[in-house]
Order: sequence, then structure tokens, then C-alpha cells
Amino acid sequence: MEWEAVIGLEVHVSLSTNTKLFSGTASIFGAEPNTEANIFDLAMPGTLPVLNKEALRMAVKFGLAIDAEIGKRSVFDRKNYFYPDLPKGYQVTQLDFPTVGKGSLTITLEDGSERQIGVTRAHIEENAGKSLHEDFHGMSGIDLNRSGEPLLEIVSEPEIRNAKEAVAYLKKLHAIVRYLDISDAIMAQGSMRCDVNVSIRPKGSTELGTRTELKNINSFRFVEKAINSEIQRQQDVLEDGGTVIQETRRYDAERDTSSPMRSKEFANDYRYFPEPDLLPVEIDDTYIEAIRATLPELPDAKSARFVSEYGLSDYDAGVLTATREMAEYFETVARSSGDAKMAANWVTGDLQAALNKNNWDLAESPIQAERLARLIQRIKDDTISGKIGKTVFEAMLEDGSDVDQIIESRGLKQVTDSGAIESLVDEVITNHPEQVQQFRDGKEAVLGFLVGQAMKLSQGKANPGQVNQLLREKMQ
Amino acid sequence: MAFDKTEVEKVAQLARLHISDAEKDEVTGRITDILALIDQMQSVDTDAVAPLAHPLDMTQRLREDDVTESNRRDELQQLAPEVEEGLYLVPKVIE
Repeated sequence: MEWEAVIGLEVHVSLSTNTKLFSGTASIFGAEPNTEANIFDLAMPGTLPVLNKEALRMAVKFGLAIDAEIGKRSVFDRKNYFYPDLPKGYQVTQLDFPTVGKGSLTITLEDGSERQIGVTRAHIEENAGKSLHEDFHGMSGIDLNRSGEPLLEIVSEPEIRNAKEAVAYLKKLHAIVRYLDISDAIMAQGSMRCDVNVSIRPKGSTELGTRTELKNINSFRFVEKAINSEIQRQQDVLEDGGTVIQETRRYDAERDTSSPMRSKEFANDYRYFPEPDLLPVEIDDTYIEAIRATLPELPDAKSARFVSEYGLSDYDAGVLTATREMAEYFETVARSSGDAKMAANWVTGDLQAALNKNNWDLAESPIQAERLARLIQRIKDDTISGKIGKTVFEAMLEDGSDVDQIIESRGLKQVTDSGAIESLVDEVITNHPEQVQQFRDGKEAVLGFLVGQAMKLSQGKANPGQVNQLLREKMQ
Repeated sequence: MAFDKTEVEKVAQLARLHISDAEKDEVTGRITDILALIDQMQSVDTDAVAPLAHPLDMTQRLREDDVTESNRRDELQQLAPEVEEGLYLVPKVIE
């Protein structure tokens, strides 16, 4: 039987506020354990929450970016459960009246086609702390730095049909929150986390199968693997005549398998009720419009503009707008060098290769946009050839000095002096009488060989156009 | 609405409350009475009434995103029964 998967994603992003959602404690990743855990965050009696203005603004900004309905009145609720890294015994979240309602975003698939994926809602909630179970002589260690950190939980509609679409959706969300500057969204650090709901059904059926939830997925690659492995598992169960049990499973990336987590029998009963310590939050159109005015150009719009303004291919535009940093880098190179196509080629080619090879972020690259633009200018004004450009680029990775200085000090300047080129050409003609004769007999292709010889003699520095022209003239 | 002993046990478990067997019958009776009252309230027609999120007719004030707390870990950890490497230690919890 042919099966079809139905996938929904719940994505948590940590909002990059200075302080926690409900307290004035600093909220910065990587601090010493419990140095960002004060009386409110430890749930000391008598402390009360006050909502962080910035967290609300960021949530609304996200909502506007995905064309969502914005909740003009949002209400916080308590979700009750006991765990040592949740000192209050409840998590404050938004159940019935989230700040962000229905919206959608467009994903681009590998074949270039696009699909719209619905977002059911996005609500503001607080994070729990972290439990460490190893090496504490039979005890668990609790770090509450993360406790109370503001999160936005973004819930997709169950409209995703396979693992690749799920990854495309996740990458688009990642790009959007980073463009909006509301989250670092670094999966490896937990500032973007993803839970996946998966069920399968016979293809063409409209009924939903029993779903399982996969937790503990911390990279784009694992999302794809985890979903494929779960779809296969459910297929095997059903084809063997079994039934899929609704449960939460933990994905083990190393072994590419998942296993059931604790029974949901009790765990799912969170006994939500409105948080009495917080009043409803009300916002008006003026507030919403003021935030709308701060929206940056988003990836889709930027990509479309790169195609129309710079004449890039859809593919290049997509690659160059994947992150805001990359897009800004490219635009600086394009504008300063005056040649968008060359800029795109250098950025997606040599620069990207150097970043990958050295495992650098764009910000860590020794070649920043203005330097790359200068290199392109020197190729365009014939100071160096395109081929020598690659040599200069390699040198620039090691040597932080000025591009012109690198060209000068390493003697890489293109030879355009016609006298010098003439003597090169003469030497080639003398050394290769056989090929010269072949050319004279009408074998055009030999010219390439002869040009190559002259370039080699000049160590790549001769202007290939001039060499070409002079060779032709002399062999006529 | 019927409410039996099993449900009392479930709710007690969720709330991490220990209720002795002797108490269970009494608690079951009392919760059943409360639910009867709720049943009675639910017979009131509230179709035109919006759910009440908070008894105060006010809206939430917001806080500037400024750090107002400083690191008081050493002081706070003196209240804890056991700490190590800056962590609060608790009996081992395994999911």
C-alpha cells in the first residue's frame, strides 16, 4: 500500500531579550550555572510576574512577518506539572488567547517549487531550567539560568507531507526569526528547538492516523532523519497488522532510532487555568502598526528583488538570502564593485568554499565585503586577470593587508604592456612551429593551446585578451 | 457528575498529594458536592457572556527590558539543602 505522512511541527525559539519573560534577571546564553536565577526565577514565595515589553513586541513582530492575525487581547495560563527544573510547578503559557493567531509562510522545495504552510498559532511562554543527571553521586543537578527565559512556540498546521518539506519549513522559520532579529535560533545551543508530530495514512485518505510526537531533535539534519525513521517505523507497524500508539518518542540520532518516553497517561493532564497573577494583555492598532513599520525586508521579498534588481538566478538569489548576514554581505560587494553577477559568483563560489573549508561564520571571514569588492574591481579594471584573482583571493585569506598591496608585493599585476606581451608571443611562436603551422592550415582550436603557453610563460599575468589578439595578428 | 475514588487518586497523583485510604472516601464526597454545585452553575445560559480571564477589569502593565537583578547565587544557595558546582542538587529524577 502507498502511504502518505501528515506532519506538524512545534518550534520553540528563545527570544533574544536582555531579561527574562517575567523578571528583570539577565537572560544571556552560557552564563555560569544559576548566576541568572534570582528570587522570582526560583519561585520564592511572594514574588510576582511582570511581563517583558520586548518579548511581547518580538512576538507581534513575528506574527506580522507571517501575515498572522494578531491577538489584540492575549491571556496567560498556567500549565501545571511537577519537575525539579520547574520550581513554580507550572509553566506560564498562552492557551486560548495567544498573541499570534493563524498565519502562513512559503517554503521552497529542492526542485524550486513553492508551497504554502499554515501556522496555527504562536504563543509566548516561559522556558524551564535544565536538569543534569550525570556525575552528582546519585543526585540530579539543576541549573535554573534558563528558567523563565522567554520563548515563542510556533505551531504549524499538519500540512507538511515529508521530511524534506519539514526541513524547508524549519529553515524558513529560522531565516525569518533571524531577519527579524528576535532570536539567535541556534539549534545546537537550544535557542531553536523542534518537536515533530508524525502520523501516516493510506495515500488519498482524508482521515488522520494516530500520531506520535518526536522530541529531542537538535539539528536540521536530524529532523529529516528522525521523520524518515518514524515514517518507516509506523509503516512497518501497520503493515505487520499492528496499531500505532499515541506516545512521545525520543529520537536517538546516533543510532537513528527512537524509543518511547514516559507514559503520557498522567503527563498530558496539565490542568490549565488562567494565570491569576497576570492580567490580560491588550494592544491596539497603533501599537501593531508601529511594529509593522519596523519590519525589515524578509527573505522572500529580498530574493525576488535580487532577481529583478541584479539579474540573479532564482537559485543564487535563494542562496544569497538564506541569512540576513549573507544578503547584506552580497549587496555590499555588489554595490561597491559595481558588478552584481561577479559579486554573486564570488560570494556563492570562492567565499562560500572558504567558509565551509575553515568552518567560519561569515563574520569570522578574513575577507569582508569591502575587500572582496576591491578584488572584483581590480579584475574589472584589468589590473589582474580573473585567474590571478583566485590567487589574490587565497592570499587575502592569510594576509589582512590591502588588496592593492597584495597584488603589488606579490608581483601579480597583469601584464598589459604590449611590448612585454609581444616578446611572450614571439617566444611561443618560435617554440611551437608545428602548432603555428596547424593554425595557419585552418585549425582554429590550436589557438587555445598557444594562448595557454603564453599565459604559462607569463605565470598567468599576461592579459589573455591581448595575447589572443597578438597571436592571431602575428600568425596571419 | 459522578466522581469516584479512582479519580481522587488520579488528581492526588497529579497534584503530588498523599491522601490516606481513610481520607479518600471523605475527599470523594466533598469533591462530588463541589461538582454538583458546578453542574448547577453550568445550567445557567452563558452563551452571550465572554469567558472571564481575570476578575479585575484591568490590563497588564509591561516592564522595560532592563536588567534590574544582580547575581545573588551565593546568598541564595545557602538556602538549598545541597549544591555542587553551582547547581542545586535534588533526588535523582529519571524520565
